[in-house]
Amino acid sequence: MTNLLLALAPESLLVLAALVVLGLGVSVPKARSLITAATLLGGFAAAAAILLLPVDGNFLHGMVVVDPVARMFKLVILGLGLVAVVFASDSFPEIHFAESLALILFGTVGMMLLTGTEDLLMIFIALELASIPLYILAAFAKEGRSSAEAGLKYFLIGSLSAAFLLYGLSLIYGVTGSTNLPIISNHSGIPDPLLIAGIVLTLAGFAFKVAAVPFQLWAPDVYEGAPTAVASLVASGSKVAGVFILAKILAIGLGPWAGSAGWGQFLPGWVPVLALMAAASVILGNLAALVQSNVKRLLAYSAIAHGGYLLIGLCSTGEDSLTAVLFYVVIYALTTAGAFGTVVIVEKQRGGSSLEDFDGLAKSSPVLALCLLVFLISLAGIPPFVGFFGKFYLFTAALANPALLWLVILAIAMNAVSLYYYLIVLKHAFVLPAKEDLRPANAPASRFLVAALALSVLALGLAPNLLLAPLAKNMPPQISARKVFLQ
Amino acid sequence: MILNATFLSAFAGAALILLLPERRAPLAKWIALLAALIGLGFAKTAFLIYDNSPAAPHFQFLTRIPWIPRLGISFSTGADGISLVMLLLAGIIAVAGVLFSWNVTHRPRAFFAFYLVIIGGVYGVFQSLDLFLLFVFYEIVIIPKYFLIAAWGSTNREYGAMKLTLYSAVGSALVLLALIATCAASGAHSFDLFTLADPSKSHFAPAFQSWAFPVMFIGFAVLAGLWPLHTWAPTGHVAAPTAVSMLLAGVVMKLGSYSALRVAMTLFPQGLEQWRTVLAVLATAGIVFGALVALAQKDLKFTVGYSSVAHMGFVLLGLMTLNLAGLGGSVLQMFSHGIIGGLLFAVVGRMLYDRTHTRDIAELGTMGLAKALPFAALTFTVASVASMGLPGFSGFIAEFTILKGSWISLPFFLVPAGLGIVITVAFTLRALQRTFYPSGESPAHAHVFDPISFPEKLGALLLMAATLAVGLFPSTLMDPILRSLQSPLMHRLLTEATK
Repeated sequence: MTNLLLALAPESLLVLAALVVLGLGVSVPKARSLITAATLLGGFAAAAAILLLPVDGNFLHGMVVVDPVARMFKLVILGLGLVAVVFASDSFPEIHFAESLALILFGTVGMMLLTGTEDLLMIFIALELASIPLYILAAFAKEGRSSAEAGLKYFLIGSLSAAFLLYGLSLIYGVTGSTNLPIISNHSGIPDPLLIAGIVLTLAGFAFKVAAVPFQLWAPDVYEGAPTAVASLVASGSKVAGVFILAKILAIGLGPWAGSAGWGQFLPGWVPVLALMAAASVILGNLAALVQSNVKRLLAYSAIAHGGYLLIGLCSTGEDSLTAVLFYVVIYALTTAGAFGTVVIVEKQRGGSSLEDFDGLAKSSPVLALCLLVFLISLAGIPPFVGFFGKFYLFTAALANPALLWLVILAIAMNAVSLYYYLIVLKHAFVLPAKEDLRPANAPASRFLVAALALSVLALGLAPNLLLAPLAKNMPPQISARKVFLQ
Repeated sequence: MILNATFLSAFAGAALILLLPERRAPLAKWIALLAALIGLGFAKTAFLIYDNSPAAPHFQFLTRIPWIPRLGISFSTGADGISLVMLLLAGIIAVAGVLFSWNVTHRPRAFFAFYLVIIGGVYGVFQSLDLFLLFVFYEIVIIPKYFLIAAWGSTNREYGAMKLTLYSAVGSALVLLALIATCAASGAHSFDLFTLADPSKSHFAPAFQSWAFPVMFIGFAVLAGLWPLHTWAPTGHVAAPTAVSMLLAGVVMKLGSYSALRVAMTLFPQGLEQWRTVLAVLATAGIVFGALVALAQKDLKFTVGYSSVAHMGFVLLGLMTLNLAGLGGSVLQMFSHGIIGGLLFAVVGRMLYDRTHTRDIAELGTMGLAKALPFAALTFTVASVASMGLPGFSGFIAEFTILKGSWISLPFFLVPAGLGIVITVAFTLRALQRTFYPSGESPAHAHVFDPISFPEKLGALLLMAATLAVGLFPSTLMDPILRSLQSPLMHRLLTEATK
């Protein structure tokens, strides 16, 4: 019992912090820095709990599972949540400031819980806990219509997908008689049509979460309309949690029904479904991004494309493919969070996030422009930044199944296309002159954080082992060994 | 370490320039010059102390540090004679490029920082012995090119920059695909060039080679200006600022041909055998069409741009001969054209265009340039003569050796290639004569231009000295090149692929 409490200590501390912040919001609503400090303090306490209380184990029959990789991901998600807090503290309006920070913390708790469970019920609850605060936050810029639209759209499509997911999970439970992932995977025999329906519905639910085609329609509107700090959390923390749990469900729970998406050797299962979604996401994301004129919207389409790359990794049965997927989602989240941070500062300075608002950025804020260059070039997969190694590793790992070559060719071709739209943004920042001379916006914390993220993208690019070695060492054996199920 | 110091000095210079405060911006060119000189110093020292005696190891100055052990990637550098010749070229062009950019006053910090990043990447490619590392350096070169052309270029610069960058990106995508497939197919769990090229450690089935070779070779050759994927070159060269045209023609195109030789041809001799004739046809087409198109240009810079395509055609044709003379001539031609191409762009872009603000051959001809800018006339004449392949200059010995090589193994290509030389002479003479020594009376009123500045003279003399030195003493470069072509790594090219 004590161990269970200790295992849940990081999440509990965050909830406590969120409650304190809500209290501060009622008593001293004007004290922005105090509220921000309290939020960050709670975050640091939770981080300390993750680092100092390594209580690994399986509690309540898989409801709460803590292992080294889960702890790594809790730390990453917590970090991304705090990044969003800092961006919010520099950009959110006075009104309901404390509430917004508390909501970010609540959402972060949900995402963290999502990484530490092997039970379908808990997964669904954590998913909802992660999503509902984000629905509210997306609509938080109350004066703008686009924010309200973003919130409503996110909420409606999100609830619909949650319904799909719940339906799918209940079918899986109905057929296999358990909500525990390892027990589900022991259910052998010819797949029941009901089970297939359940798997497809579950995939659809998660495809919404990671914005894979054809469930991507919400993403551009939400990324564009929501306050940028919130968009950064949706693009980073939420994506990490979603991909992590999807990988876990597929690898541990649904391993026996994988099938194959090899060229000319399709076998029914969830892999072909995933492969089609991956191909469609990579194509649509990259092509649609070419014509965007708003940087946040462009980043949304880029997120759809990157979701596609990640799904390619999930299609492979190679020993390293899941490690590669998890590596990639972490570095993608760091990079995209940094890119959104740049947008936060530019928006504060110029009042918008269209391409024209980036004109002459290199002159007015050279460091910020350099950071933007680091993030976008990394997203385009060009060294020496970590995005290159991430893609390289992901595609190499995927080719452990040589029959997946068609997906890798598609991804590499579309990645070459992507360089065009990232360069267009950078052209506005570095080549075109600013129409008016603007003073750099005053957002020291965000600036510092963006620079730190850029440095980490560079450092991980030069030494990917810093993240890769601990991740690969700690991958749970049941995930690495999953290949026994397949094919 | 002495090799690594070349790219480290370039990157350190770039970092230092970024740290300069705004009021110290004029220092940027001095830092760039210093970094380029240090790099050249290290490259030259390495070249001089390289032991070329028959018993010495082929690859020297080896550094090997595990980098990403999980994928078998290591930071592995070293150089044989071929690498050293290319490193020397990169060093010379780097210094000359800075000297010809001495008048850059628009955002000098960003300009020289991007410039040094390209130089560092180029140095890195020429010494990498690990495919992953080589590709990392290869890709580092792409992005700075875009900004240098788009922000500091001239005619149609944004279009030219984007076209060039996207061509490079597509080439890189092909290379990346082949690279990933290679490492999956080898089963050696390594990116080490020696391991992959060793048939006892990694085996590539002929069926695999027959598609992986063209994908990788063409990916690299896009950068080398392989016809018909060369169109980025003239557009990009023309749009680029002078120093970047010099870099593009001087070393960046060589990245493509060097990597094609070092990686694609070395790893896949059987694939090479299958595609050899096709690629030789494309190379010859590049020679002939490049030269013919150059003949029709009205714009002097376009003439030089297309001449690059023709000269690079010789490099690629030399690679396809697969005999000692042809391959050796090809590597020497990379060096030779790097110097001569750099010199031609320096005259056209810096000495002429920055003063006359036109590149139209007919218009330039009315300005009495031979009188107004005698040093420019002298430099352009020397460069033209060297470019036509007159004995005494590096171009002659390189192209002659390539033709000798193709006489041995690709005799049918000798006629069109020889025709290409004739057309090259024609368009070079045409450009030289119409620009500097037009027929008819000299103009009544002589134009007055700023005299050629000291840095320009220094840079021009450096390049002229290099092409003359190699022309007079070709064995300085040719001996290490020829010995390296017979190293265990490369000799399969001479034996297996021609079976």
